[in-house]
Amino acid sequence: MIEANAEFEPRIVAFLCNWCSYAGADLAGVSRMQYPPNVRVVRVPCSGRIDPLFVLKALQNGVDGVLVSGCHPGDCHYVSGNLLARRKFAVLKSLLEHVGVEPERIHFSWVSAAEGARFAEILERVIGAVRQVGPGTKMVKSIEEAQ
Amino acid sequence: MREVEEQLRSEVVRLFAEGAIDLFLGYSSSRVPLRSAACVLHDADGVARLVWNRTCTPNLAALLRELLRSPPGATGDAPPRIGLLAKGCVSRSLVTLMKANQISRESLLIIGVDCPGMIDRHKVAARVGGEIAAAIWSGDDLAVRATGSGEHILSAEDVLLDDCRTCAHPSAVLSDRFLGEPRAPRRDALDDPASSLTEAEPEERWSHFQGEVARCIRCYACREACPNCFCTECFADASDPRWIGVTTDETDLALFHLGRAFHQAGRCVSCGACVSACPLGIDLRMLYEKVNGDVKVRFGTDVGTSLDEPEPLCRFALEDDETFMTEPGKGGRGMGVR
Repeated sequence: MIEANAEFEPRIVAFLCNWCSYAGADLAGVSRMQYPPNVRVVRVPCSGRIDPLFVLKALQNGVDGVLVSGCHPGDCHYVSGNLLARRKFAVLKSLLEHVGVEPERIHFSWVSAAEGARFAEILERVIGAVRQVGPGTKMVKSIEEAQ
Repeated sequence: MREVEEQLRSEVVRLFAEGAIDLFLGYSSSRVPLRSAACVLHDADGVARLVWNRTCTPNLAALLRELLRSPPGATGDAPPRIGLLAKGCVSRSLVTLMKANQISRESLLIIGVDCPGMIDRHKVAARVGGEIAAAIWSGDDLAVRATGSGEHILSAEDVLLDDCRTCAHPSAVLSDRFLGEPRAPRRDALDDPASSLTEAEPEERWSHFQGEVARCIRCYACREACPNCFCTECFADASDPRWIGVTTDETDLALFHLGRAFHQAGRCVSCGACVSACPLGIDLRMLYEKVNGDVKVRFGTDVGTSLDEPEPLCRFALEDDETFMTEPGKGGRGMGVR
């Protein structure tokens, strides 16, 4: 089982805010920092823009982990979007854990535009945690749906 | 409850006579045993239909938006003044709806009562082991005749809704008139564990959750019974984006219930109306009590008890908890927040 997990390459969706975390990820890229390629980035205006349904829907569509990242408290372009998001995600993560979804799959963090290295480190950490719990099985839809 | 029921009827007659209300919203008995229905009176003639007993489970606040929007009894341009019977949870729903700008205090005349707790017909059915054919009350005892299993005597206390068992505010928190004697909030009831699941292992919790939602037939009766479901378009009905697939896949059911549970955070007053409305007796409480307990512990919100305090997810504090957040280099497991 451990070998199987070592082989397993998780798919992570990262919702990054336009003003800080996306720029941080960009900085990690242009600075040629190494981080695992398992992440798919979705750029959003603010971490407060992320509806918890995005996270649920991502899990349903088969991703193994979700990262939501925004500006540090006090840095939000919209003043307090990140602080409202912090409350929402505290409740969401707790709810998902309550129904039995592994908390290792759901991540929330602050990354500023200057923190390319921190972004890379957080991703390492997220991917490590998801690798530990293996491929997502709960909440994954088995029926193909016509779009 | 008998005396309160009598007082209620005469109070409603008086309010109509004085012209203080255009409509009255209360409960009437229904043909289904052990169920009461919401009932709208336009004049004092139907006052004998009003009941107040231990089967008055619907949350009357859920009907208000509809009544205020297309008022059947309204004359002219003035909004109708609606009188309604409010037990503890209904009054807290009213506070929640006022804060969300869904109803206005001026249009309501609230008759507050103390609620001894409602009975859970799913529990009754489980006790008698059959369909409930008829039920007769004598005081707090209930004689139930079930199809195929004869007659059973039950005590109301044994078949209370779980939400009523742990209710902290049995008396209306907001009212213009109060019938009977108000009771002080039950502080001891506040921290009752929401669900037996809290202590269970993750896999156990998951299989319970899966087992419950798998029975859902998506009738959305829980949503219709809920005063908090006032969205013009529910995410469950949205077609672009279509959050919930039109399939029989269990994850679609899970998504509906998790999405709805999240929307209840900071708004659910634990009235149990959804639990009573569910035709399949799904354990909805495991979800709503969880988010409610969370906002209580994390943000100090006792839902529906203050008109001034904004909803917990519409405000923030700089010192809010961050222990659930991911930092580089913290240990592997134990990232849980429960």
